[in-house]
Amino acid sequence: MAADSYDDVAKNKDSIPSLEVPPQDLYHAKSWWTKYIFCQDAKVIGIQYALTAVAIGMVGLVSSWLMRMQIAFPGVIPMEAGAYYQLVTMHGMIMVVYLLTALFLGGFGNFLIPLMVGARDMVFPYVNMVSFWVFFLAVIILAASYFVPGGPTGAGWTLYPPQAITSGTPGGDGLGIVLMLVSLAVFVIGFTMGGLNYVITILQARTRGMTLMRLPLTVWGIFTATVLALFAFPALFVAGIMMTLDNMLGTSFFMPAIVEFGERLTYDGGSPILFQHLFWFFGHPEVYIVALPAFGIVSDLISVHARKNIFGYRMMVWAIVVIGALSFIVWAHHMYVAGMNPWFGFFFATTTLIIAVPTAIKVYNWVLTLWRGNIKLTIPMLFAIAFIITFVNGGLTGLFLGNVAVDVPLSDTYFVVAHFHMVMGIAPVLVILGSIYHWFPLITGRFLNERLGRIHFWVTFIGSYSIYFPMHYLGFMGVTRRYFEVFEGDNFTYSIIGINQFITVAALITGAVQFLFFYNIIVSSKFGKKAGKNPWKACSLEWQTPDVPPTHGNFGKELPVVYRWAYDYSVPGADKDYITQDTPPSAVANAKAEQT
Amino acid sequence: MESNQNVEVIVPEKQSFSKEWASDQKAFKGVPWGKAMMWIFLVSDTFVFSIFLISYMTVRFSTKADWPNASEVFGLHVGDYNVPLLLIAIMTFILITSSGTMALAVKYGYEKNRKMCGYLMLATAVFGASFVGMQAFEWTKLISEGVRPWDNPFGAPQFGAIFFMITGFHGTHVTIGVIFLFIMTRKVFRGDFDTGRRGFFTSQKSNYEAIEIMGLYWHFVDLVWVFIFAFFYLW
Repeated sequence: MAADSYDDVAKNKDSIPSLEVPPQDLYHAKSWWTKYIFCQDAKVIGIQYALTAVAIGMVGLVSSWLMRMQIAFPGVIPMEAGAYYQLVTMHGMIMVVYLLTALFLGGFGNFLIPLMVGARDMVFPYVNMVSFWVFFLAVIILAASYFVPGGPTGAGWTLYPPQAITSGTPGGDGLGIVLMLVSLAVFVIGFTMGGLNYVITILQARTRGMTLMRLPLTVWGIFTATVLALFAFPALFVAGIMMTLDNMLGTSFFMPAIVEFGERLTYDGGSPILFQHLFWFFGHPEVYIVALPAFGIVSDLISVHARKNIFGYRMMVWAIVVIGALSFIVWAHHMYVAGMNPWFGFFFATTTLIIAVPTAIKVYNWVLTLWRGNIKLTIPMLFAIAFIITFVNGGLTGLFLGNVAVDVPLSDTYFVVAHFHMVMGIAPVLVILGSIYHWFPLITGRFLNERLGRIHFWVTFIGSYSIYFPMHYLGFMGVTRRYFEVFEGDNFTYSIIGINQFITVAALITGAVQFLFFYNIIVSSKFGKKAGKNPWKACSLEWQTPDVPPTHGNFGKELPVVYRWAYDYSVPGADKDYITQDTPPSAVANAKAEQT
Repeated sequence: MESNQNVEVIVPEKQSFSKEWASDQKAFKGVPWGKAMMWIFLVSDTFVFSIFLISYMTVRFSTKADWPNASEVFGLHVGDYNVPLLLIAIMTFILITSSGTMALAVKYGYEKNRKMCGYLMLATAVFGASFVGMQAFEWTKLISEGVRPWDNPFGAPQFGAIFFMITGFHGTHVTIGVIFLFIMTRKVFRGDFDTGRRGFFTSQKSNYEAIEIMGLYWHFVDLVWVFIFAFFYLW
């Protein structure tokens, strides 16, 4: 049993626990189709997920460009109010669900989990493959809504009824809203197949010696986020079904008696607030589904590139778990102005502010990991530091918005837009970009171009601050989100227009530099500097594969045996400044490693 | 690549919860992957059905019209008598019986009694199919009486909406279960689980554990029905 081997590390004894997981049969590709298209290798599936997510994410990026053009320079790109709302809606939904969720859990989850826990693949590779293709179908359905009469839905990404399915809203009386809801339901089904795989792989298919408390924090973040998703997506799924029925069959789950253009609709007696509760019961955990993998990954980036063990590993793990648990009882802080009972607001404000405690623990631990570390300002490290700063910024405005009394006047202003873009838009995206620079040598065997990378980092970082920092100010001035036009007139609107134009220029530049990044990826995957094995000198298992990039089955003939945690950097007495997880104690007899 | 095919795999002795979770390789000792996966799926599915039922309760309060009297709407005329909930009682009895046959099938499966396991699986599938059949009969009766998702003659329009949605969703679960029960029955009789024949799609070896995993799903569907029964027909 592994429990005994804790002491063996201290005694420099190599004891190998007995094997509990039977060897896995893998389906090896026999043709081009099963190698690249219907592939059962989690690494390929991860890349498929990532590419699909980024492809649809480009639609979201271009949507935001068009929105910014309309707000700052109305008339340059001719646009009606309805088209603007369609852009808002699709931008929000694509970025949150189809880009960030799919990229973190489907992309990074698939690629990293089996490698990091020391498994040959996910436990059910076939289900995993189906999961991707169902996700792909969801993306196709979503994209199809651009081509139906009336276009995609313009209900806002929260899709609140009644307006989501009334005829005044773009796509509300056509197929737009239906395709959106169906696409989300299909996404949930696809994700459930993948998510079950991730959870069981982490719980039941770890290699010998890999205890839960030796897992890299990346795996902990993805694991907790997946559990959240498995329990939160049902609310979205059910709400989607019910709204589809309201729209298609004329049921009245969410629709009260309502008059539209002077005509009484047949709906009667439904509860629009019910939809808000269901949506945010999904929607708030969704924030952490996006944030927790970012927390985990950034911990690993900081530790590797500061050559120092992560500060307070156990607290980091518990903070992730506690944040995940709390995220299920805070959802109504999105609904302070929805007409709830004020006592509800009191309860949800309390739980919301409690989340600041575990989150602050994490921030302190990141900073303390950096403290007196041997900080290498590589590109992943730059992105990781940028993440900490951005996350603190976005988190602090969250304290404002968590209080009912402060939230009510700020509700539906640009302050909210600035807050959630900082905390769950920019912050996770910075981690994604940093981790692509970090793991690109593992995926392709080559580094990304350093010079282009530094340009990419600085423009992205300064650019996103230029976009979102002034938005706080706009919010305090009372500029409402989702207004498609700011009217010119007095001095008040004059300054608003100036800020809006500044933001738009920043957004265009920041968006454009992402294409430089794509160029970098394409060129470097072919002509980049060769990386070789374990170029960052990291401890965790994914870098210890016999082949780089790892082949199907990951670890060659024998699965590795793990003797320590993933953070043995700069151990006193050791020859090198890192001891990999699969190094037996006898090989580093002089190292004064603690028991992990 | 998989050179260690003949390695000895050990199922460790039962230990305390915290020790098992603190150990390596498996958090649930001796639990096969498929079984753990089914359990977590069922927890997720529990959320789906809970949210359906909570929505039902919310809508029942939010609607202005009176909620129909369940014992009248779901009553059957037998001769001159109006027997409340007769059909539902029979349906519930059949579904719970099928859980019993399923449990016995799992027992005989682990005893490698291929024939008994197969017959009991078949019985479970037939019970399940008859449940779906009776549900179809109930739907037909209600539709012929004028109940629609958007309206019904007995009172609140949400009654029809919720009824068709929740029983429909549960019925879909039962139908999927019945389809898989028939597939598994065929596999049992063909001897797949004795010979370890590889699955058509998955190319994984078959094992009698599959019967237990099927059973978990079937018992879950049964349990959900108990809640639907209580909240819908008795309230």
